[in-house]
Amino acid sequence: MTMHHADTEIEYVTATVCGQLFGLPIARVLDVFIPERITRVPLAAPEVAGVLNLRGRIVTAIDMRRRLGLPPRGPGDQCMAIGIERDGEFYGLLVDQVGEVMRLSSSTFEAVPVNLDPSWARLALGVHRLEGRLLVALDVDRSLDLHSESVAA
Amino acid sequence: MNELLREFLTEANESLDVVDVELVRFEQEPNNAELLGRIFRLVHTIKGTCGFLGLPRLEALTHAAETLMGKFRDGMPVTEDAVSLILTVIDRIKEILAELDRHEKEPYGSDADLIHELERRAESAEPLPEASREVGTLAYQVLERPLRPGEVPLDELERAFRETPGPEPLKDISDEPERRMPPDRRDEDRRDGAHRAQTLRVQVDTLERLMTMVSELVLTRNQLLEVTRRSESAELNAPFQRLSNITGELQEGVMKTRMQPIGNAWAKLPRIVRDLSGELGKKIEIVMRGEDTELDRQLLEHIKDPLAHMVRNSADHGIEPPEERAAAGKPEHGTIRLSAFHEGGLVIVEISDDGRGLDVERIRERAIRLGLVSAADAETLTDSQTYRFILAPGFSTARSVTSVSGRGVGMDVVKSNIDQIGGTIEIKSVPGKSTTFRIKIPLTLAIVPALIVDVAGERFAIPQIAVVELVRVGGDAEHRIERIKDAAVLRLRDHLFPVASLGTLLKLEETRGEADVRFVVMMQVGGRRFGVVVDQVLHTEEIVVKPMSAFLRDIRIFSGNTILGDGSVIVILDPNGLSAAVGGNAETSIAQEQPAERAPAIEGEAPVPLLVFRAGSREPKAVPISLVTRLEELDARQIEISNGRHVVQYRGGLMPLLPVNAAVQMRGEGVQPLLVFIDKDRSMGLAVDEIVDIVESRLDIKIGSRTPGVLGSAIIDGRATEIIDVAHYLPLAYEDWLHRSETSLESRTQRVLLVDDSAFFRNMLAPVLKAAGHELKMAASGAEALSILERDPRFDCIICDIEMPGMSGYELAAQLRADPRTAKLRLIALSSVHSAAAIERGKQAGFNHYIAKFDRGGLLAALKEPRLDWATAA
Repeated sequence: MTMHHADTEIEYVTATVCGQLFGLPIARVLDVFIPERITRVPLAAPEVAGVLNLRGRIVTAIDMRRRLGLPPRGPGDQCMAIGIERDGEFYGLLVDQVGEVMRLSSSTFEAVPVNLDPSWARLALGVHRLEGRLLVALDVDRSLDLHSESVAA
Repeated sequence: MNELLREFLTEANESLDVVDVELVRFEQEPNNAELLGRIFRLVHTIKGTCGFLGLPRLEALTHAAETLMGKFRDGMPVTEDAVSLILTVIDRIKEILAELDRHEKEPYGSDADLIHELERRAESAEPLPEASREVGTLAYQVLERPLRPGEVPLDELERAFRETPGPEPLKDISDEPERRMPPDRRDEDRRDGAHRAQTLRVQVDTLERLMTMVSELVLTRNQLLEVTRRSESAELNAPFQRLSNITGELQEGVMKTRMQPIGNAWAKLPRIVRDLSGELGKKIEIVMRGEDTELDRQLLEHIKDPLAHMVRNSADHGIEPPEERAAAGKPEHGTIRLSAFHEGGLVIVEISDDGRGLDVERIRERAIRLGLVSAADAETLTDSQTYRFILAPGFSTARSVTSVSGRGVGMDVVKSNIDQIGGTIEIKSVPGKSTTFRIKIPLTLAIVPALIVDVAGERFAIPQIAVVELVRVGGDAEHRIERIKDAAVLRLRDHLFPVASLGTLLKLEETRGEADVRFVVMMQVGGRRFGVVVDQVLHTEEIVVKPMSAFLRDIRIFSGNTILGDGSVIVILDPNGLSAAVGGNAETSIAQEQPAERAPAIEGEAPVPLLVFRAGSREPKAVPISLVTRLEELDARQIEISNGRHVVQYRGGLMPLLPVNAAVQMRGEGVQPLLVFIDKDRSMGLAVDEIVDIVESRLDIKIGSRTPGVLGSAIIDGRATEIIDVAHYLPLAYEDWLHRSETSLESRTQRVLLVDDSAFFRNMLAPVLKAAGHELKMAASGAEALSILERDPRFDCIICDIEMPGMSGYELAAQLRADPRTAKLRLIALSSVHSAAAIERGKQAGFNHYIAKFDRGGLLAALKEPRLDWATAA
C-alpha cells in the first residue's frame, strides 16, 4: 500500500463495531443495506452470519464482531451491512452502524501500532489520527479471507 | 487479450479438432477427395491467419504441412507414416496455440525437425511412384488395396479433385495472406448454403450472463406468483399469466443456447483410438452414433474426460489383440461403439466394445483382496453387482500396467465426475463378447427440481434426481428407525438402509426426537441407498442453483444455494456429500434391480400439495399428494392379466391396476407410470399417461362434476385442472369394497366434523365432502373431536370412524349423546365392519347412519337426507 506517500486524500465509508471506528476504502463499497432474513449456514465458520437475498443476489454475510473477536450482538442491537464484491461474489460485512463518508489526508495515516492485537492487526491497513478518535482502515480482502487466517492461526 | 487473437485461437482450436477426426478418416479412405479438400482448407485457413497476425513459427509449420498435403492431392500415396507425421505436426501446433493462449505470444523454439521431415517427404514424393506414373494428363494414383463396394475409381476422383473449389496454389497464399482469409471464408459460406449464414459466434460469457439474468427473472416471477396468489386480483392475474408464460419460454430458449451436440466431446476420440491401435498393436475401429444429441455445455465439459478415459479402457482392456480375436472366431478388427440419445429427460451415453468382456472371477478375487467385500458376501453378489467394484478407488484388473490405462486411477475418477453432475453408470458385460457402460446424465444443471425439507426450523433443498422415496417414521407410522449401537437403520422391504438425521449431520439443535413423526428421504447415489431424516417435507420447487461463495464452498455437504419463491435464500444439499456423511464412500452392494420409486407422501393443510398428471387427454388432472402413497414407474412387462383385470405383483401381493379413465391405454412396453394407493393391507394402482409435477395449491373446487371418478375442476397453477376422486376407484379395484351408484350432489351446505385416525381417509373424504358443498373440519381422534366441539359445537353432522385407537367411535357417540349440547347432532358411523351385530351396536351407541367406508355415494346421500332416524346405507 502506498498510502503514506505524499499528500493524497483517501475516501472511506466509516462504520462502528463495538464503539471502534473503522474505514473501508470507498472504491470497494458497493452498497450499504439493512440485512434482512439472513439464512444461517450450518457447519460454516462462526464468522459467517449466513446468506441473504439482496435484490436477487445471494450475499454471504460476515459478522465483523465475530471476525474481530468481539462479543456477539444482542437480539435488539442495531445492525447494518456493507456490500462488497470480490471475485464476482457478493459479501455483506455486518457492522453496528454505518457513518458518514470521510475524506482523509494521507498525512494523518500511520502504520498499524506494533502492540495491536494480531487478530486486528491482520485486518488493518493502518490507522488515521482524527480529532479525538482513531479510525482503523480496514483491509477488505483480508477481512474476507477466512482461510489463510485459520491456517496462520 | 487482443480480440483478433482470441478469435483466432477459438477458431483454430475448433478447426484442429476437426482436422484430427478427418485425418483419421482420411487414412482409411485415402481417395476421398472431399475429405482431403476439407482438411486442406482448414490447415490453409490457419496458415493464412497466422501470417496475418504475425505468427511466423506457426506459419512455417502449417506451410510445410500444407505442402505435403498438397502432394497427396497431387496423387502421392497416403501412407500411415505420413498421416502420423501430420498428426504430430498438429500436436505441435496445438502446443504452440496453448502457449499463445497463456502468454499472447509464440513460444521460442524451433520446428526445424518437423519441417525438415515434412519437406523430405514432400520431395521424395516425386521420384517415389515413378514406376507407376504418368498416363495422359491425369495422374495415375496408387491404391494400395482393392476397391471396396461403393468406392469410385481413382480417375473419377481425380476429376472431382480438380473440380472441387480448393485453395489457390501455395505461393499466392503466402504472398498476400491477409487478403486471402476473408474471401476464403465467404467461399465456405456460399458452399454450405443458407444454414451457415444463420449461425453466429457468441462469447460463452455472454450466454452465461444471459442465463444468470433469466434465472433471476424466473426467481422474480416466482416471487410475483406468491403475491398474485394472495391478492386474487383479476386485473393482475391476466398480465401476470402472460409474463409467466413468456418467462418460461425465455428460460427454455436460453437453455437451448447453452446446448451443444455431444459430438463436440467426442471429437478427439477417433484420434485417441487410432493412436492406441498403433501403440497396443490392436486393430480397433470406433463407431459413433447420435453425435447430434444435445446437452448443456457445462455438463459436456464434465463428461469429456471420463468418456475419453472409458474409450481408452475399452481399447486397452476390452478389445483383444488380433490373434486372440481370430482364435476366438471374431473379426480381427475390434469395434468400440459410442452412442448417445435422449430418454425421459435424461441423456444416455453408451460405450460398448465387442472385446473379451469383464472377468467376474478376477473382479471378485480382487475385490476380496482389496477388502471391498468379504469372501462370503462376494459369493452372494450377482454379476452386475460385482462389476461395480471396478468403479471403486484403487481398483484395476489389468494384468499388466500399461502406459494407456491400468494405473488404478481412472474408473473411480470417471465415477466421481459422473456423480458430480448427478449422473449414474451401469455396467453390462457378456463374457467373451462385449462390455457396455451406460451413463445417464441430466440435461442441465442450472435449474433443477428440488424437494424443500425442514429440519430444526430451517429449510434445505435436496435435488430430486437423487431422491428415491419418502418414508414416514415415528409416531403411529408403519416404519420406525432402529439402532445398532449408534448406527441408525431403516427397515424397508426386506432391506436395511443406513440413515442419519439431517439435524445431526448439520450440527443443528434438534427439536424432534425419535418418537415424533418425521420423514426419511431415501436417496440413491451411485449404487448406494441411504436415508436422511428430516422433520418435514414442505414441497417441491424448481430451483436455480447458484454456487456457494468461496469460503462456504468447502463444506462438502452443500452444493450451492438458491433463492426460493418467497425471496428467502436456502442452502442446497449435495447428495454425494450426504452420502459420504451418512457413512462410507465405497460402493456398497445394493441391489440394482430395485425399481426407482419416488413418492413424496406429505400431509398438507390450507394450500395442499397436489400431484398433477395427465391421463387420456392433454388437460392436467390432479389428486392431493397426501392420498397417494407412492408413485411408481413400472416396467410394463410386469403387468399381468388375471381374471380379465390388470394386476401386478407388488410388495408380496397382487395389486389391481385401473386406468384413470377409458382413454388411458395400459402400456404394453416401456414404463407405465402409476399412482399407488395403499391403506393398511390393500393397495391399488391408477395408471396414468404421465406424471407432470407436484404443485401447492388451494383445493378450491369451482365446478362440480357428474363424471364418475372426477370430483370437479379447480384452478391449479393457472390452469383448469380436474380433481380426481380416489374414492371412486377403490371399490372398482376391490369388489368387496361396497359401492353404491352415485346420487346427485345437490344438497344444502352442512357443517361437518370428520373424525378418523387415518390421514388417508381424512384426505380422501375431504375433497368429496367439499365438492358436495359442505363445510368441513377434521379431527384425528375422538378426543380431538370433543375438544373441537367444546370450543364450537355448531356442527350439523359428525362423521366418525368406528375403529380408532384410544376412544372408539362407539364411545365417542355415547359421550356426544350424553352431553345436552351435542345430543341432537346427526352422527354417521363409518366402518369397514358391517355385520348385523356391528350395525346394531352402532344404533345402540346413538348413530343415525351406519355406512361402509369407501361408500362415498352412501355417505353423501345420508348427508343430503333430511334429519332421519336410523338408516343403514351399508
